[in-house]
Amino acid sequence: MPLIWLRVAVVCYGVGLVYSLLLLSKRGNLLGKIVEPAVGLGLIFHFVSLVESTIQIGHLSLASIHYSESLLAFMAMVVFFVFFVGYRTTSPGIVIFPIVFVLTFASALGQKPVALTSPLLRNGWIFVHVVLIFTGYAGLFLSFGASLLYLAQERALKSKRQTQLLNWLPPLQTIDDIGYHALLFGFPFMTFGIVTGSVLAIEKYGPMFFYDPKILLSFLMWAVYLLLLYTRWTAGWRGRRAAFLATVAFVVAIGAWAANNFSRVHKFIAS
Amino acid sequence: MNLVLIGVNHRTAPVEVREQFAIPEARLPEAVKELATYPGVEEGMIVSTCNRVELLARTTNGTADLDGLLKRLYGFDPTPYREHLYEYRERDAVRHVFRVASSLDSMVVGEPQILGQVKEAYATARAVGAVNSQLDALLTRAFAVAKRVRNETSVATSAVSVASVAVDLAKKIFGNLQGKAVYLVGAGKMCELSARHLLAHGAQQIYVANRTYDRAAALAKKFNGEAIPFDQLYETVPRADIVISSTGAPHAIFRKEHGERFLSRRRNRPMFFIDIAVPRDIDPEMNKLDGIFVYDIDDLQQVVTSHVADRRVEADRAEAIVQMEVEKFQGRLQTLDVVPTIVSLQEHLETVRQAEIDRVRGRLGTLTPEQELAVEALSRGIINKIMHTPITTLKSAARESSEVTTVIDLVRKLFGLRDARASAASQDDNVVTAAKTGARR
Repeated sequence: MPLIWLRVAVVCYGVGLVYSLLLLSKRGNLLGKIVEPAVGLGLIFHFVSLVESTIQIGHLSLASIHYSESLLAFMAMVVFFVFFVGYRTTSPGIVIFPIVFVLTFASALGQKPVALTSPLLRNGWIFVHVVLIFTGYAGLFLSFGASLLYLAQERALKSKRQTQLLNWLPPLQTIDDIGYHALLFGFPFMTFGIVTGSVLAIEKYGPMFFYDPKILLSFLMWAVYLLLLYTRWTAGWRGRRAAFLATVAFVVAIGAWAANNFSRVHKFIAS
Repeated sequence: MNLVLIGVNHRTAPVEVREQFAIPEARLPEAVKELATYPGVEEGMIVSTCNRVELLARTTNGTADLDGLLKRLYGFDPTPYREHLYEYRERDAVRHVFRVASSLDSMVVGEPQILGQVKEAYATARAVGAVNSQLDALLTRAFAVAKRVRNETSVATSAVSVASVAVDLAKKIFGNLQGKAVYLVGAGKMCELSARHLLAHGAQQIYVANRTYDRAAALAKKFNGEAIPFDQLYETVPRADIVISSTGAPHAIFRKEHGERFLSRRRNRPMFFIDIAVPRDIDPEMNKLDGIFVYDIDDLQQVVTSHVADRRVEADRAEAIVQMEVEKFQGRLQTLDVVPTIVSLQEHLETVRQAEIDRVRGRLGTLTPEQELAVEALSRGIINKIMHTPITTLKSAARESSEVTTVIDLVRKLFGLRDARASAASQDDNVVTAAKTGARR
């Protein structure tokens, strides 16, 4: 049953994806009127799906890779909506929607997922750790999206041509605020997520946990995250330089996500 | 009436070329005088704004040496700029003047500033005595046409001025202008107007720097702003989010290295530079810096093209009004053209008649009042009969613009009339009264 709800959510997010693609291919703001309700509906079905699968298992748990992908997509959408309420613009969606779509689509494929059988995952703290980290990721995604939009808007303004993109995008300052606030918003989550993770890992593996590709990449990502904030506070970096850093952070984040496969600490498959 | 108009505008010439032709306000009276006293030129005026430079002249016989004139005014050979210069004569010149005054030829169609600028140019030319009768009539009519266009179409009401385009762009950068600081470099009209717009949209602080501190102070006072001595310009500019520059400086006052300094002082917060000066005040290179946006007057034009499209319909109506007015004016002008000839023809024949009557008076002896009247009527009758055909021919020729000069010349030659056209200007008032009396006869 949760899979069905998730698939409905995927269809709704699909509207968001098409909307983004249309905008990017300069076909204009065709789905502008229905994209908000569509992805909103998607978020509701998504939530239902997550709740149901939790009930099925009987407790809060990350039973599979698919579940965590779904959870990450969910957090990204929640953060997106938080900012949507604040700024009344769907523009960051142009980046967020495709990411969310891919994540939910992958998790809704319904193949026999890689079951995460480690008893560790029954620990409620792990769940807290994951939610914190994912919220941090979501903030980073949003900030990354905003910095790409900032670049696009900056280029449009400098080229001095009246493009559709220029008219559709919110003002430069608003994009900048979204990017910065998304960073500010995500940073404490990311920090506490890493702290809880580290504490749990020390408990289990001792200090040696640190020498693990997944952990190293996560710390690197956190460092880039911090650097983003630091350059912003001290030198007011934005635009091209901030976008560059945000891209680095994003790539490292993807790397950290993928590193599950090489990680000893983070595999969670009972051996 | 041998009108000729020559100029460059925002459509025919890029800002670099217009800079070459621009005449600073201070030099304008002298330049107009030079134009009006140029050989072959009867009257003239010059309109020089950031979007256009136009010389309007009435020549003696339509063949003034325009290249020589430009060379004398500017001190350089205009030939390399030929492709940017346009030249209108007679009816086309009239139409152009009407269109310019009605703001139909403006970068932003319908913007209200141009009418004021043309009025100012006219006042300057008048003050130095460069315009009289005919250009007077043309410009007075042009102002009336502009008024008609403004009242009868909505071209002007929906007009987007350069200032409001600047506001739109500022909003694209800053979101809303609440609490933003605006820096005016130069205390000109355009600066003032733009500042007013920005304030109306929420901008808070105004700084004004001008070479003449008093003018800066006067303008700053209007906006409750702060006047800043010009030598503190570079230290104080980073305070502002929006900088509007319109000085008459011959070189750029803001260059890339200044921009870099501003940005580091502002910790990379974006700045918006609006350059409405010709020649430009801001080096376009500055636009390449991250976080600095420079728009000059040509760039603003690109932005408004879309707005112009929306107003095409109204603009078409306005064009129709202009066309109608051109016809009307042209008709009146040409009648005016033949009037001096008709008058001098009448005067000439009247003198002949008087002379002949005086000559035979002695031989006629004393005449009764009735006889006296009869002689008068006889001679006058003959004269009127003779004059009838030439006058009707002249009048109908006035309606066919191509014929009018030939017919005038022919009539003058046939009757041995001296060339009254050169002095027609001074006699204008007499001419009109005479024409009226003539018509009554």
